[in-house]
Amino acid sequence: MVVTLSPSSASPSGLADRFDQAWRSPLESLLGLGSAAGADLVEVFLERTDHLGVLAEQERITSVSPAFGTGAGIRVFLGERDGFVSTNDLSEAGLRRALEQALGMLGLAAPSLGASGLGGFDGLASLRDFGASKAPWLGACPTLAEATTRLLEGTDQLERQGAHLQARRGSYARDWQEVLVAASDGTFARDIRLHQSLGLTVLAADGEHRASAGRRYGSSGRPEHLAQWDVEASALEVCTSAGTMLYSDYVEACQVPVVLANRFGGVIFHEACGHLLETTQVERGTTPFADQVGELIAHEAVTAIDEGLSEGAFGSLSMDDEGMEPQRTVLIENGVLRRFLSDRAGERRTGHERTGSGRRQSHAFAAASRMRNTYIAAGPHSPAELIASVEKGLYCKAMGGGSVGPTGQFNFAVEEGYLIEDGQLTKPVKGATLIGEAKEVMPRISMCANDLELAAGFCGSVSGSIFVTVGQPHIKVDSITVGGR
Amino acid sequence: MDKLDAPALRSRIETFAQAQAIGRWDLGAASSNDSSVQVDRGEAKQMKAAQRSSITVRVWNGDGLVGITSTSDLSDSGLQKALAGAQDASAFGNPDDCPAFSPLATAPLQVLEQPLHEPRGILELLTSLKDAERQLLDRHPALTTVPYNGLAERSSERLYLNSDGACRQQQLTTASVYLYARAEQAGRKPRSAGAVRLAYGASDLDLAGCITEAAERTIAHLDYAPIPTGHYTVVFSPEAFLDLIGAFSSLFNARAVLDGVSLSSRNSLGQSLAVPFLSIADNGLHPGNIGASNFDGEGTPTRRLSLVEGGVLQNFLHSEATARAFGVAPTGHAGLGAKVSVGPDWFEIGATPGAAGAALGLDRLAASSQGGAGLVLIDSLSALHAGVKASQGSFSLPFDGWLLQGGEARSIEAATVAGDIRSLLKAIVGFEGEAKVTPDGLCPHVWVEGLSITGEA
Repeated sequence: MVVTLSPSSASPSGLADRFDQAWRSPLESLLGLGSAAGADLVEVFLERTDHLGVLAEQERITSVSPAFGTGAGIRVFLGERDGFVSTNDLSEAGLRRALEQALGMLGLAAPSLGASGLGGFDGLASLRDFGASKAPWLGACPTLAEATTRLLEGTDQLERQGAHLQARRGSYARDWQEVLVAASDGTFARDIRLHQSLGLTVLAADGEHRASAGRRYGSSGRPEHLAQWDVEASALEVCTSAGTMLYSDYVEACQVPVVLANRFGGVIFHEACGHLLETTQVERGTTPFADQVGELIAHEAVTAIDEGLSEGAFGSLSMDDEGMEPQRTVLIENGVLRRFLSDRAGERRTGHERTGSGRRQSHAFAAASRMRNTYIAAGPHSPAELIASVEKGLYCKAMGGGSVGPTGQFNFAVEEGYLIEDGQLTKPVKGATLIGEAKEVMPRISMCANDLELAAGFCGSVSGSIFVTVGQPHIKVDSITVGGR
Repeated sequence: MDKLDAPALRSRIETFAQAQAIGRWDLGAASSNDSSVQVDRGEAKQMKAAQRSSITVRVWNGDGLVGITSTSDLSDSGLQKALAGAQDASAFGNPDDCPAFSPLATAPLQVLEQPLHEPRGILELLTSLKDAERQLLDRHPALTTVPYNGLAERSSERLYLNSDGACRQQQLTTASVYLYARAEQAGRKPRSAGAVRLAYGASDLDLAGCITEAAERTIAHLDYAPIPTGHYTVVFSPEAFLDLIGAFSSLFNARAVLDGVSLSSRNSLGQSLAVPFLSIADNGLHPGNIGASNFDGEGTPTRRLSLVEGGVLQNFLHSEATARAFGVAPTGHAGLGAKVSVGPDWFEIGATPGAAGAALGLDRLAASSQGGAGLVLIDSLSALHAGVKASQGSFSLPFDGWLLQGGEARSIEAATVAGDIRSLLKAIVGFEGEAKVTPDGLCPHVWVEGLSITGEA
């Protein structure tokens, strides 16, 4: 067979360019077929995307990368099993072929066209259109010319405010997504999402000394994000960090108290504990907290929350990728485990009720329970009190990336660190890695400050890379292993 | 397998480009069908299939600047929109670094021995994976689950066309299996390890070998102990050393050199980078490279390229644009973009033939019997995305491995290895055993002295 590369041209009644009520009939036909075949639940996720990426290096725009696309993901549940098929082909035949393939994975077969009966499917509910007021968003985003101008302002500010800079980069990404979700339980919902992120990075070099620093700033649902970006302040923050770290010594390996700064310091909770509170991990048997709801799993100073509601935050959403409105989910309250984050599959397989946390990178991934805006709540202390309480330790002002292994072991790179000696910050150090296990570290978070802030990030896991925020106030961990030289 | 229709695609693009007054263009197109299964204690956990198609089109405007757009919408309107988007983007093309067609885009290609396999179908994959999971769990009572597992097969095709008539096309089938087991014993921390196998078809996958390796590696870690923090001679497994070199491949990357983010500079060619007995080559055409491609994103033929010989940096990896900047020929390591990325294919690492100084045939257990702090065998490195600072040369990485002391090996509870890649390359002592073919390259065990290990502080 020869593919002529024109799959979307025959979408139902030419609907590929708009997701609205007009899809009701073809979607009900698909869902009815799936239900009649014997599926417990059938879900269709339709997506249109429009992406723009821009990169500025030194005084030049070096890359402009637009991308757009369409696709569908069809998921069929039977008991605790599911089959998932994704396709770029939104034609009626393409969607039916995908449905039949998903049914076939579960040993089911779609009835022939014209067969009577919908297998208990009562039709779709009224369309819940979360995107109705968001139609102007894409048009209100900065033009390509505006974006390039702003980024060049960023790299210019880096040059003005930095020293010994060997490379300066500014990046901008705009991700617009329109989704339509329909399921055989009647779910019928549409949304438009807009995420924009800005990044500044520098590499400083002086002889054998080298240091890099970077910051990312992200928002959702704010077309004006780029225009309102404080370029000067961002450049100053990045250059100050690189300049401080350029001549710093490598930290020596040790086991000490650590104070983690607010904002992106929250990555430690995200990686070390947050992932273990997703039902995906319960299903796999890879979380040590599976049977500990109602039990003390962290220090009483710790209350942790995951929500999709904070206005403009990178991980906020009007509905999840399964058509459910997000909740404010208290994960840990005063050290006691309260809830897990759950999606459709998690609810079916573990019994934990859905929390509006079913998320996916795109139509090519089945949704999974994932974090949104995840943070440790503010405490009563000032950041200075935390530092003053440490005789000898490490202050982690800026964190890099991290990961958590299948047995709960985590590690995080410290981008900008300082020694704490006799309750005071002293010299900067680099090369530190924080190492530990969630179950052991959570009870050691003994102090939380009163300066909660969120920071934008990307989280990669089973359902792809998604927009999230991490956050926390300054926190103190009584003892943690610091990897160094 | 479905086949991309190159002549039809060329005809459509030519028509649309002409209508938009675009005279110079090239494109990369890809199409694939994937099926995969995961299981959980004898039951299907998830079965997935995907049909994907995409195209990336570049156009050159009247000023010779390049713009690009990618899309998965391959309808006529989608292609027209992509061309228009690329034309718009070209107004912001970089005049200082403008890609051109590769001068090798029509050069002869090496024929690869890549047998095409018919798909076995997802239900057969499921049966095989269930059986593999059961066999793995039967190997030891402490093996409780295989939380990460998958069996997948894929048929794919890629295409490169340009307005000067170049046409490259490749069809490929591949299959993969991974089994990552978890072992638990009362009063002890859970331990985990796994194995991966690749082949050109699911029927060729070495499932038995994957099961055995996953079982042996996981069980071997059950009896663990902490390691004192300190400096050790480290033996890297082939997989771990290849991972480390891959993470620092910007050392060999002309794009990174030009961007100022590599530890190497234009002047580094001919300079000593490592001990005088180390050789590193990139060879995407090696028969062990499952899924190899004989052309890169710009249509340049893939070829073997010596990077380090006798410890001296010999060549950089190039795209068309970087090669032009260096006055050499493209090496077949490009992607396709407005700013073209450059990357390695598959490394060959070992001793330089005839070079003196390398300790060969090292024996880790014999060496560990000689007293002292012992040796550390690093089996696998983790979190390379977070723990490697390629532009600075530093790394700090968690690993799975063993402490070899008194002629015995004991699994290390949890530890990280830290250092500087430039120092590490100068601290290689020698090699142990035959070079092993892995998914990322060919490499023996590599001994390095004086690396910092953080375990128990």
